[in-house]
Amino acid sequence: MQKLIQWIDERLPIVEAYNKHMGKYYAPKNFNFWYFFGSLAMLVLVLQIVTGIWLTMSYNPSAEGAFASVEYIMRDVEWGWLIRYLHSTGASAFFVIVYLHMFRGLLYGSYKKPRELVWIFGMAIYLVLMAEAFMGYLLPWGQMSYWGAQVIVNLFAAIPVIGDDLSLWIRGDYLVSGITLNRFFALHVIALPLVLLGLVVLHILALHEVGSNNPDGIDIKKNKDENGIPKDGIPFHPYYSIHDLLGVAVFLFVFCIVVFFFPEMGGFFLERPNFEPANPLKTPEHIAPVWYFTPFYAMLSAVTFSIFGLEAQFLGVVVMGAAIAILFVLPWLDRSPVRSMRYKGWVSRLALTIFAISFVGLGYLGAVPVTEGRLLTAQILTVLYFLFFILMPFYTRMEKTKPVPERVTG
Amino acid sequence: MKKLIVSLFMVMMPTLALAAAPSGPLDSMRSDHANKPSLQRGAALFMNYCLGCHSLEYARYQRIADDLEIPADLFEENLIFTGARIGELIEIGMDKRQAASWFGAPPPDLTLVSRLRGDSWVYSYLRAFYKDDSRPFGVNNAVFENVGMPHVLVELQGLCASKPTVGVKPSVEPLSGVVRNAEPCSEWAIEGSMTPAEFDRAMYDLSNFLSYMGDPVKLQRERLGIFVLIFIAIFFVFAYLLNREYWKDVH
Repeated sequence: MQKLIQWIDERLPIVEAYNKHMGKYYAPKNFNFWYFFGSLAMLVLVLQIVTGIWLTMSYNPSAEGAFASVEYIMRDVEWGWLIRYLHSTGASAFFVIVYLHMFRGLLYGSYKKPRELVWIFGMAIYLVLMAEAFMGYLLPWGQMSYWGAQVIVNLFAAIPVIGDDLSLWIRGDYLVSGITLNRFFALHVIALPLVLLGLVVLHILALHEVGSNNPDGIDIKKNKDENGIPKDGIPFHPYYSIHDLLGVAVFLFVFCIVVFFFPEMGGFFLERPNFEPANPLKTPEHIAPVWYFTPFYAMLSAVTFSIFGLEAQFLGVVVMGAAIAILFVLPWLDRSPVRSMRYKGWVSRLALTIFAISFVGLGYLGAVPVTEGRLLTAQILTVLYFLFFILMPFYTRMEKTKPVPERVTG
Repeated sequence: MKKLIVSLFMVMMPTLALAAAPSGPLDSMRSDHANKPSLQRGAALFMNYCLGCHSLEYARYQRIADDLEIPADLFEENLIFTGARIGELIEIGMDKRQAASWFGAPPPDLTLVSRLRGDSWVYSYLRAFYKDDSRPFGVNNAVFENVGMPHVLVELQGLCASKPTVGVKPSVEPLSGVVRNAEPCSEWAIEGSMTPAEFDRAMYDLSNFLSYMGDPVKLQRERLGIFVLIFIAIFFVFAYLLNREYWKDVH
């Protein structure tokens, strides 16, 4: 065994790679609950890829056969129902995990120098993940798949001048059709997963270059012992690899409760109208995107007025795009001398709380039919969402921060 | 920190409550896929009364026979009327285009109707036909306004003379002791062969069968789920002990 490793290592630096990323990657010892979600995201990524491969074996990407082939998987393929529910629940679980993972970043300032690239790669992953989920959602070819895709692709049509041609180019047809289904299938199973995997590698390489942040937001590399090992650091393997098993077990427990007992999750993970095959002639009464898109959908529909002769729908698209784009520049908006919320002032804490509430609130409003009162609430929450970012350079600089300890606290 | 997590959950609560949003009031029906006699009676009703127009085109006869514990030969003899082999999908011969001209829209496939509309909807719908001479078939439905379907079960239920109540519980007037809304239908235009209670039970069986049809693996899934959860719980104990052992050296 030793000889084999040596033989390979002389030709490929596996020992070095193992040490850099596992055995001698020193992570702060004070990780808490919030630090499970990185490895869990990895777990779900693998789960999605593996179940996805098996689903493609029986899925038929055509307008005539897609819906029936999903039911074929659910009824006739051995364990097909399990593979399909793992995949459909996995999609939602992925977003739950990614949202919590991102919130952790906001909480402890993990996006701040020197981790700007880690954050940007992470944001790119999130963006690709949204595209991946959107295209995957068309594949069952149910009513909500169809009309959801119709609505989203039509957003591009709102762009002035090039809009109509652009949406036509995306669909490959004048309305969402079998052609659209086929290209979305190609993108969903090959193109986007490739990009996603590449970005995940970059995300982790960039992280391991600068080292992990921690709940105290302090730099553990400042305090090293005589061997050059951070005093507050412990090797990722075995300490965190084993520690993460606990998170994996708890996650899988909750995940399997959904998969085995509530696979539709009350219509949030699998929407009821999607049990009817796509029908281009019949628009559903209420088109709601899947829950992980609802915050942005609410922002889109919150813009009901036109300014400077620009149409409301286009402005809605701009607002929605800006809501995601602004996250990319977050590292440069935060001017606080400290990273962690533990040592920031009360203004930052309040701002983050309001931000979280506005995001969840928008998520709720995007899922239910619009009424006048809800519209106004959505508009207010959209403004609050943006104020969190726009005012950040000011409140983070002006507020009084607490002194940061030299060494990590528990 | 904890407060923040709790407050996040509090904000999410209304989202979870929204989960079951029915279209209007319905008579509630709880399916029971373990009740094989009920499912068998429901299957018989479906094959006799519904299959003329409604297919179950994603399901196979064999699967029903196996799941409902009906011997294959008995099933073939008594429940397959289309001449299909037992391994085939439950399709019908009706031409969709012709059907559209007869009924206004082709009768939908019913494999997934319980998941599309819900068990209680199916149960309420089946019991909500009433006499309405303005409609092409002389009947309307209190759950599905202006439905294009005739009342196929009229020989069993009879026909209610006026719009029946749906989702209304019987109530007793406290002073006079008069029971209100004891029956959804107050007056019958045509008498059926079943009493309202018998018909309700038959429709429970039929909607129970359709509920099974939409999610045939439910029983197996939930049974397996218990074992999976037990396995994960045991795994957690070992992971916890292993983790505690390793983390002893971290101070």
